Amino acid sequence: MIKKLYFLGMPTRDKLNLFVSVGTLLFVLGIIDVILNSFFEMNITSFLPRWINYFTPLVFSFVGLHYVRIEFSGIRILDRLNKNINLNWFNAILTSLIIFVLIKNIPPLLNWLFFDADFIGTSKEECSREGACWIFVNVWFKRLIYGLYPNSEIWRINLSFLMLIGLVISAFFVAPKIKKYIIIFLLFIFPFIAMNLISGGNFGLEWVETPAWGGLSLTFIISIFALLFCFPVGMFLALGRRSSAPIVRYSSIGFIEFWRGVPLITVLFMASVMMPMFLPDGVYMDKLVRVIIAITLFEAAYMAEVIRGGLQALPRGQYDAGKSLGMGYWRMHLLVILPQALKLVIPGVANTFLALVKDTPLILVVGLLELVGMIDMAKTNPEWLGFATEGYVFAGVVFWIICYSMSRYSQYLERKYKTDR
Amino acid sequence: MSDQIIEMLDVNKWFGDFQVLKNINLKVSQKQKIVVCGPSGSGKSTLIRCINRLEEHQKGKIIVDGIELSENTKNIEKIRAEVGMVFQQFNLFPHLSILDNCTLAPIWVKKTPKTQAEEMALKQLEKVQISDQAKKFPGQLSGGQQQRAAIARALCMEPKIMLFDEPTSALDPEMIKEVLDAMVNLAKGGMTMIVVTHEMGFAKEVADEVIFMDEGMIVEKAETKEFFANPKSDRTKLFLSQIL
Repeated sequence: MIKKLYFLGMPTRDKLNLFVSVGTLLFVLGIIDVILNSFFEMNITSFLPRWINYFTPLVFSFVGLHYVRIEFSGIRILDRLNKNINLNWFNAILTSLIIFVLIKNIPPLLNWLFFDADFIGTSKEECSREGACWIFVNVWFKRLIYGLYPNSEIWRINLSFLMLIGLVISAFFVAPKIKKYIIIFLLFIFPFIAMNLISGGNFGLEWVETPAWGGLSLTFIISIFALLFCFPVGMFLALGRRSSAPIVRYSSIGFIEFWRGVPLITVLFMASVMMPMFLPDGVYMDKLVRVIIAITLFEAAYMAEVIRGGLQALPRGQYDAGKSLGMGYWRMHLLVILPQALKLVIPGVANTFLALVKDTPLILVVGLLELVGMIDMAKTNPEWLGFATEGYVFAGVVFWIICYSMSRYSQYLERKYKTDR
Repeated sequence: MSDQIIEMLDVNKWFGDFQVLKNINLKVSQKQKIVVCGPSGSGKSTLIRCINRLEEHQKGKIIVDGIELSENTKNIEKIRAEVGMVFQQFNLFPHLSILDNCTLAPIWVKKTPKTQAEEMALKQLEKVQISDQAKKFPGQLSGGQQQRAAIARALCMEPKIMLFDEPTSALDPEMIKEVLDAMVNLAKGGMTMIVVTHEMGFAKEVADEVIFMDEGMIVEKAETKEFFANPKSDRTKLFLSQIL
């Protein structure tokens, strides 16, 4: 079948210019066909039967790409394109299809997102409804970030997060000696300061109950605490599962398998509904705390298996070497085994962390409203019905930014700790 | 004899049903150099791994420097700090530089101050002639250099006994000599050494006694010259004829 395309002859280097110009022309013709078709409602091949003219752009670009597929043409760009996107007929079809799909979909998407969208205003009447109505996000912005936290107290959340960001950034720039103290402060002291600041109740700060917390700030609070706790818990579980003491081993296995086998949504229900029943009388534990504990234990089980994978991958010789130098169990693990194992599992740990951050919207089911929960609330407000799409796109973008930065950071760590070769 | 540093009495060990060590009796006195040879699977490695209890023995007694090996973990750690070991696969810590490999145990196990530990490490690295590689990571070194670094790492703990578990078996032929030279120097310095190796040249040059093991038993134990000149058992004769 392909042989029939050779009415110009085999594409060869002898007639390089002829083939490249004819090929490029056909390819461009295919693209123009798609553009005219999708944006100007014109069909330059309408004289053909419908079932053929539907495929004409693909045929044009396919034949065009076939003609320009000349090995060692001597033109660097052409050689590169041929090698990467035009290696064989299958490759050529994929390339054309992807280009067509992008042409058809990207401009309308950009139009909806930006060019036809409305940004400034205070009510939904100001939206033209031709594109996205970002006024919705704009008006609700404070609620999406801070939840139902009282407006007059929002500075407390801002201050906490500014301190956090400031400390983290300064940790990157100071000498290693001071960095150590900043990190200890960040891990062990700062969380209490921040929680005190946000919840209030002393030092003349107004008490703000946790049900009023919400929005993106709650996403961060839950994620940060769960990340901080689930890592060490997971590490101990991983070590426990490999312990030679049967009690430690079997209780670790039981714990891990229990939490891995239960859906998070059930765990959250249990934490909010059933856990108070098991607490002794008079002991009150805030719902937010219970939820954080539940998420921590749930993700710790996954973390444990990820870390165990790293431990498993180390050769026995590393244990032998550690032992033969007189190191006991903890010294050997802290100095020799864990640094290597954790380095190996950075991708897996990042994976679990990302999953944790993206699991936080589930706390919706126990009545805590973080970013997605607040959007849910906003979209059902009678004043603002019908803007769910904008809300969810906004949430998607925010989560993507958070997760992508975490992913990049994990890749940076991988490179930083790469010491072999 | 008071200068006996290692004493193994009727040591037996099983891996499941398989008996790897059968009634091993061995006495090593201070500054003695012993070479252990034998076919693979004869229990040579297990024998020396029992001395610092990387393997547990199930029957018999092992006394190292006056301390009997038992379940007591404090004793085990004490003995391991006194017994250096060099492995076939080097087993350097790949996440640490050569210098840090050498200072890790002195700093954290023996609580040596860091500067002192580094001085010591550089001295030992100098002895095995790789002090110029101190800042590199193990993955950047050749096999021979890695093995010499491993020897230096063990020496940094100032051990009384050094165990070598086939130290040259994983090396390219041209790198064997540099490692053997380092071991010969160590032997001349008066270290007590037990070496599992197939390098008979090294045995002839350094060893006071040679032990031949087969099927978990010590078949023959003799002074080096005697061992090579007129081996007693047929099994030893066969082995020597194949290896020399």
